[in-house]
Amino acid sequence: MAEALQWARYHWRRLIGGATRDEDSRPYNYSSLLGCGRKSSQTPKLAGRHRIVVPYLQPFKDEYEKFSGAYVNNRIRTTKYTLLNFVPRNLFEQFHRAANLYFLFLVVLNWVPLVEAFQKEITMLPLVVVLTVIAIKDGLEDYRKYKIDKQINNLITKVYSRKEKKYIDRCWKDVTVGDFIRLSCNEVIPADMVLLFSTDPDGICHIETSGLDGESNLKQRQVVRGYAEQDSEVDPEKFSTRIECENPNNDLSRFRGFLEHSNKERVGLSKENLLLRGCTIRNTEAVVGIVVYAGHETKAMLNNSGPRYKRSKLERRANTDVLWCVMLLVIMCLTGSVGHGIWLSRYEKMHFFNNPEPDRRIISPLLAGFYMFWTMIILLQVLIPISLYVSIEIVKLGQIYFIQSDVDFYNEKTDSTVQCRALNIAEDLGQIQYLFSDKTGTLTENKMVFRRCSVAGFDYCHEENAKRLESYQEAVSEDEDFTDTLSGSLSNMAKPRAPSCRIVRNGLLGNKPSNRLAGSSFTLGSREGASEVPHSRQAAFSSPIETDVVPDTRLSDKFSQITPRLFMPLDETIQNPLLETLYIIDFFIALAICNTVVVSAPNQPRQKIRHPSLGGLPIKSLEEIKSLFQRLSVRRSSSPSLNSGKEPSSGVPNAFVSRLPLFSRMKPASPVEEEISQVCESPQCSSSSACCTETEKQHSDAGLLNGKAESLPGQPMACNLCYEAESPDEAALVYAARAYQCTLQSRTPEQVMVDFGALGPLTFQLLHILPFDSVRKRMSVVVRHPLSNQVVVYTKGADSVIMELLSVASPDGASPEKQQMIIREKTQKHLDDYAKQGLRTLCIAKKVMSDTEYAEWLRNHFLAETSIDNREELLLESAMRLENKLTLLGATGIEDRLQEGVPESIEALHKAGIKIWMLTGDKQETAVNIAYACKLLEPDDKLFILNTQSKDACGMLMSTILKELQKKTQALPEQVSLSVDLHQPPVPQDSGLRAGLIITGKTLEFALHESLQKQFLELTSWCQAVVCCRATPLQKSEVVKLVRSHLQVMTLAIGDGANDVSMIQVADIGIGVSGQEGMQAVMASDFAVSQFKHLSKLLLVHGHWCYTRLSNMILYFFYKNVAYVNLLFWYQFFCGFSGTSMTDYWVLIFFNLLFTSAPPVIYGVLEKDVSAETLMQLPELYKSGQKSEAYLPHTFWITLLDAFYQSLVCFFVPYFTYQGSDIDIFAFGNPLNTAALFIILLHLVIESKSLTWIHMLVITGSILSYFLFAIVFGAMCVTCNPPSNPYWIMQEHMLDPVFYLVCILTTCIALLPRFVYRVLQGSLFPSPILRAKHFDRLTPEERTEALKKWRGAGKMNQETSNYANQSAGKSGRKPMPGPSAVFAMKSATSCAIEQGNLSLCETALDHGYSETQAFEMAGRCKD
Amino acid sequence: MAMNYNAKDEVDGGPPCAPGGTAKTRRPDNTAFKQQRLPAWQPILTAGTVLPIFFIIGLIFIPIGIGIFVTSNNIREIEGNVFMYYGLSNFYQNHRRYVKSRDDSQLNGDSSALLNPSKECEPYRRNEDKPIAPCGAIANSMFNDTLELFLIGNDSYPVPITLKKKGIAWWTDKNVKFRNPPGGDNLEERFKGTTKPVNWLNPVYVLDSDPDNNGFINEDFIVWMRTAALPTFRKLYRLIERKSDLHPTLPAGRYSLNITYNYPVHYFDGRKRMILSTISWMGGKNPFLGIAYIAVGSISFLLGVVLLVINHKYRNSSNTADITI
Repeated sequence: MAEALQWARYHWRRLIGGATRDEDSRPYNYSSLLGCGRKSSQTPKLAGRHRIVVPYLQPFKDEYEKFSGAYVNNRIRTTKYTLLNFVPRNLFEQFHRAANLYFLFLVVLNWVPLVEAFQKEITMLPLVVVLTVIAIKDGLEDYRKYKIDKQINNLITKVYSRKEKKYIDRCWKDVTVGDFIRLSCNEVIPADMVLLFSTDPDGICHIETSGLDGESNLKQRQVVRGYAEQDSEVDPEKFSTRIECENPNNDLSRFRGFLEHSNKERVGLSKENLLLRGCTIRNTEAVVGIVVYAGHETKAMLNNSGPRYKRSKLERRANTDVLWCVMLLVIMCLTGSVGHGIWLSRYEKMHFFNNPEPDRRIISPLLAGFYMFWTMIILLQVLIPISLYVSIEIVKLGQIYFIQSDVDFYNEKTDSTVQCRALNIAEDLGQIQYLFSDKTGTLTENKMVFRRCSVAGFDYCHEENAKRLESYQEAVSEDEDFTDTLSGSLSNMAKPRAPSCRIVRNGLLGNKPSNRLAGSSFTLGSREGASEVPHSRQAAFSSPIETDVVPDTRLSDKFSQITPRLFMPLDETIQNPLLETLYIIDFFIALAICNTVVVSAPNQPRQKIRHPSLGGLPIKSLEEIKSLFQRLSVRRSSSPSLNSGKEPSSGVPNAFVSRLPLFSRMKPASPVEEEISQVCESPQCSSSSACCTETEKQHSDAGLLNGKAESLPGQPMACNLCYEAESPDEAALVYAARAYQCTLQSRTPEQVMVDFGALGPLTFQLLHILPFDSVRKRMSVVVRHPLSNQVVVYTKGADSVIMELLSVASPDGASPEKQQMIIREKTQKHLDDYAKQGLRTLCIAKKVMSDTEYAEWLRNHFLAETSIDNREELLLESAMRLENKLTLLGATGIEDRLQEGVPESIEALHKAGIKIWMLTGDKQETAVNIAYACKLLEPDDKLFILNTQSKDACGMLMSTILKELQKKTQALPEQVSLSVDLHQPPVPQDSGLRAGLIITGKTLEFALHESLQKQFLELTSWCQAVVCCRATPLQKSEVVKLVRSHLQVMTLAIGDGANDVSMIQVADIGIGVSGQEGMQAVMASDFAVSQFKHLSKLLLVHGHWCYTRLSNMILYFFYKNVAYVNLLFWYQFFCGFSGTSMTDYWVLIFFNLLFTSAPPVIYGVLEKDVSAETLMQLPELYKSGQKSEAYLPHTFWITLLDAFYQSLVCFFVPYFTYQGSDIDIFAFGNPLNTAALFIILLHLVIESKSLTWIHMLVITGSILSYFLFAIVFGAMCVTCNPPSNPYWIMQEHMLDPVFYLVCILTTCIALLPRFVYRVLQGSLFPSPILRAKHFDRLTPEERTEALKKWRGAGKMNQETSNYANQSAGKSGRKPMPGPSAVFAMKSATSCAIEQGNLSLCETALDHGYSETQAFEMAGRCKD
Repeated sequence: MAMNYNAKDEVDGGPPCAPGGTAKTRRPDNTAFKQQRLPAWQPILTAGTVLPIFFIIGLIFIPIGIGIFVTSNNIREIEGNVFMYYGLSNFYQNHRRYVKSRDDSQLNGDSSALLNPSKECEPYRRNEDKPIAPCGAIANSMFNDTLELFLIGNDSYPVPITLKKKGIAWWTDKNVKFRNPPGGDNLEERFKGTTKPVNWLNPVYVLDSDPDNNGFINEDFIVWMRTAALPTFRKLYRLIERKSDLHPTLPAGRYSLNITYNYPVHYFDGRKRMILSTISWMGGKNPFLGIAYIAVGSISFLLGVVLLVINHKYRNSSNTADITI
């Protein structure tokens, strides 16, 4: 229903949008729906798919009129309404709600005299009130938007004016497409523009995009090719170029187009040339650009899709019940109509009371019955609760308010708390059955710590570094008081920091003597102690744990062999150890330069460290003159080869280099120049090193193992640098390199400076950067090596990819080739080891190219770059051509530590019956290891690994596993067959069998295939945890979609990166972790948290509360309305079904609108069935929400039955009391109403599990307001409200004891059954929630005791039932050891044996090897 | 919750973007309300906790019921003031269109409404081009039988019982809600230009000879205009006042009722009744309320006993710590 409305509204908007475009240029809410569809209708036809931008200047005047007139200007209007259209438009919007339409229909109906039931005006009241409340809310919201818009529109920027031939101040709103804009540093960009000039000599411009995506690191943008080389600022007067680009779209990571000069020469444009509205210019003195998209057509505005609208499961459920209420209403009205017809046929001629029509005509019974139907609908309209939707909305706002103000979600470090971006699905949090989690950044901290590396086939395990990490972890876990919130039993578990233990254990198994147990006799050398001193200032990705890498002693020793001599061309004494040294040098150079890290000084966080630029700054000193010279020389030699700046690691494949590297053979930088550069480098560095702080000194003292390091020039400088990386891995590697005296000093698009300890400062010409993308899974830099003067490609990437790209050596090759083979094998072994430890692995490789090769490649690459249409594919191919025949240098292992509280949270969520899937792009070993570390998999879980190369194999494997699983559970009564209906997935819960499934990306593809889906889902339904490794973003969302649609379960996806966005959007609830990877996931999410551990409270406590509260409130609303309306209905049986109401209309209307509206809302916001502490301690309680126990279909009907009963009592007790007396209509209605009020309010009290003073206040207030109204109204209204007239009735009744007696009796009888039921439920068959409620009353000690008992009882019950089942089922089979024995055995084995082995043991215990071994897959050992 | 603090201290000196430390943090207030920790009464409904309620209800309701029942039964004795009612059955005075068919403004003495009654009165609004006063179906169908009560004494000469006409309507109705239209002393003049309701024998200003009980403020009329809630109803007709404490108001003996029959009821299967009743503090005679109270009280008592048993049996589980699945 709602979806249909949304659809209709959207289409209507489109129509309106087409008609009144100027007024309604608001792609605000539906831009995501629209894509660029709507826009295309606005762009002039002649431009076709592209937009043409020309400046408003002489040569283009005609063209400008033609094109630019059709583009929107930069004025934005995000408001929905204007002063003029507010009323009609708001009404229109509101009447999209079915409920409002229904009430409008009733109002209209009441104006038909034939069926009129109330006074015409009165029926309008509720509707008017509801509409007014919402209109005021909308109006205020809109006004706020209007004020912000106005403020933004009136911001000032410098726009080139043709008249005055200079840049003049103009408001943002007056900027149009084709304008030239000049911005200074720290100014905000007013519209999307192509960068034409930057004061930066390299033609780059830094922007901060935090306003757009929240990422705080700087991004580089580049001047359009051909303009960068201009010395002077671009002159708009002489600009004779037209720009053709795509139509506006909301893809932030893409911009395609070209610049066409007057001589038809075309220059490609990419996103690197585009400055986006809303970003801030940083580190660049001034820039000039031409506007291509303005106002609502800017990418930022198109991305601003406003709040998301989802409908919760509960609301859908409630909607169906509203339909039932409609059915009920129709039945009641039909009864009334038929009844009236029959009654009338008896009394047709009775003019005495069957008042004829004004024209003295008597209507026939049939017609009268028909009219009566509509009259009844008006009379009984309250059955459809108009206030329900308003109340639900208010309650949800209240719930959101409480979620957001929960102090437990506050993260001190980031000063952030939970964000609720979707306002109306909070209750879905209480019903989650499947949780899909990203790994990196979600479960882990995404703080990449360099752990170890392998260079040239030698593993350097960095034991001191490991020690450092261990001690850090211990410090954390000691101080943690996380156990406060999680159950006491958790503290019994080994250690919250499971990963450390596990890694160590793996290390032992892997026979790595260097890795010692934490806290063993091995002690740290005193020199490392200092390195733990935290630094005072840190930039992104640079907590001390990440930056302070302690070098490995062995590797440091090898560094001592490094001398510049190695690169002397005449030195022919290259031997193996020296070759190794070369490898080491290359390896660390690659670590330092193969990235897109921006270097800045922490003192001025946004100031890039760079040499004084040519333009502007006055030259002061000799050093600067020297550096200028050096700079000139470098510029001269390297100007043609340019790079592309950086790409976000979002994995968009189309993001490639776009600059034209006009390759020319150039004179290599002469040794003299090198010398100069080295000489001039040092003074400059030392001059700026004055700002080095104490801590840095400590660091350099402590961190350096080689004594000579201190004497190195530039070293103090290094510690003063801040690295801003897009991905934390990059930063980790750069910091690692720094630890080995290989310090990245500065980076410009043309060159990278590295201070290499023994070799001195090296300046690499950057020829190219092929950025990282998720398809290639690697990145490369092409540089000219300053020492060897060769073109070198350094590549770093996922091991699986790099290993395939290595040069294939012939078996009888030369010795270096042979050695390369050995290195390769060894490295592969090390990689496997690393992965087993849960480290993230990267391979580093290089390739030396001859200049001709490079020229050849460059030519092709250029072709790829300039193509406009399938540029992505061509660029990909081009990259493939470059990145092959690589020489493996080594590998790195980076540790991504688990976030604090993750294992506890996962354990709690598991206990809550939530199935958790981990979807990660990491490799299998890493993923499995993390899964164990975070308790996703338990050591005694049975583990199945799906890793096949073909679909058939995958299918076979799955059926085998299934068969085995079935055999295992055959003894259990709940038999599950393969043909089980998918909608009722077999859930062998509590069968004692815990299984985990590991599936790799490739196999996942097969499993997601239609023919295997069913089997796959069936298999996964057996498993508590599923780990999908090597999954692409698309696969992630497909998995979520599959589970969600086929199993019809509530899904939640949580992730932090751009690659999780699609998954987050597909799931019922998407949660973004506002971590280190920017804000894309958060922007797409419904809720944003700062840490994974918050999820457990969000779901277990707030989800449970929100769901319980709202469902109870909705049920209560149905109850209330049915109970009250039925009073009117019963009365119809005594008034000839004539539609008389025994209550004054005002009281009738206000009863729902005022007297009984606030208590349910308060109930919905504040009700607390179980305290937060208990909910956290007993995650099992969450299951009630999963099963929708609070609001099942039969709950609705029981509620309705109760309502019927109560209304019967409420009507007939007064009826029998006053039967045959002289009571008049309204005097009869008064006790009915009063009793109904008490019944309805006390019913709420019975249902409430906790009552605060607010509840009391509101309930008392409701009662008082009712009496006050009745008394005042009864006293004032003598003739005011004809014909109904409650004059003095309440006053009379208040003096009449019978009135009180009737009210008390009625209330008692009406509430007795429910009360008794609740009491019996509480004592005889309490639900877990009711039982848990007792916990809230206990003292802490009693509580712990009770919890233990609860747990013990649960386990015991489960076990005994298992035992019973098994012994019953296995009577014919070989005798089994009792469950307790099995248990003991399990625990014994789990200590001794690694996880993988154990599952095998377990299998053996139950069955013997036969099937398992035959297929060699189920329960495969991990080793 | 200090849960976050320690881990952070090591990682970082503080939030990177809050240099002065004075920046407002987004930390939510740690108040009982915001953290949903308001002190609350948390009723746990188990047999043990609610036992007293049932017994108390039982203990209160049964005596009340008995009291009501006794009072109600005592009403038969014709002592004190006796009320004379007429009763009608099957008369749907609560029919929607019938109920609406009146003009309160007219009845309140509004002169403009007198001459131009509300449309609600249709089709009893005008007759022969004159506005009807009082207009509407209710007034039109007013009960107009006359009832006279005679005591047939020993001398077989019937003694008329004095029936008091005034004091049968609510005070507020008589004095506030119903008013004769303003104008001269003569009531007929005040109603000039209006005509009588179709079914009436006499115009409204000759309902009674007493000027204080004539016109719209005639109490029979006022009583009739208070439309009955149920199709079988009674309406107060006359009061028989007690003369002295020594004699019963209506001494035992033979009485005769003289009815001037103006009001036909058979054709809607209606019946007329005359009821003589005294009134207690709880109105007329009706045993229902008393019985109901006794019944509810007993049931509640019984439930109390049942719960007592349950509580005894299940005490362990319903109590505190010993909770089993």
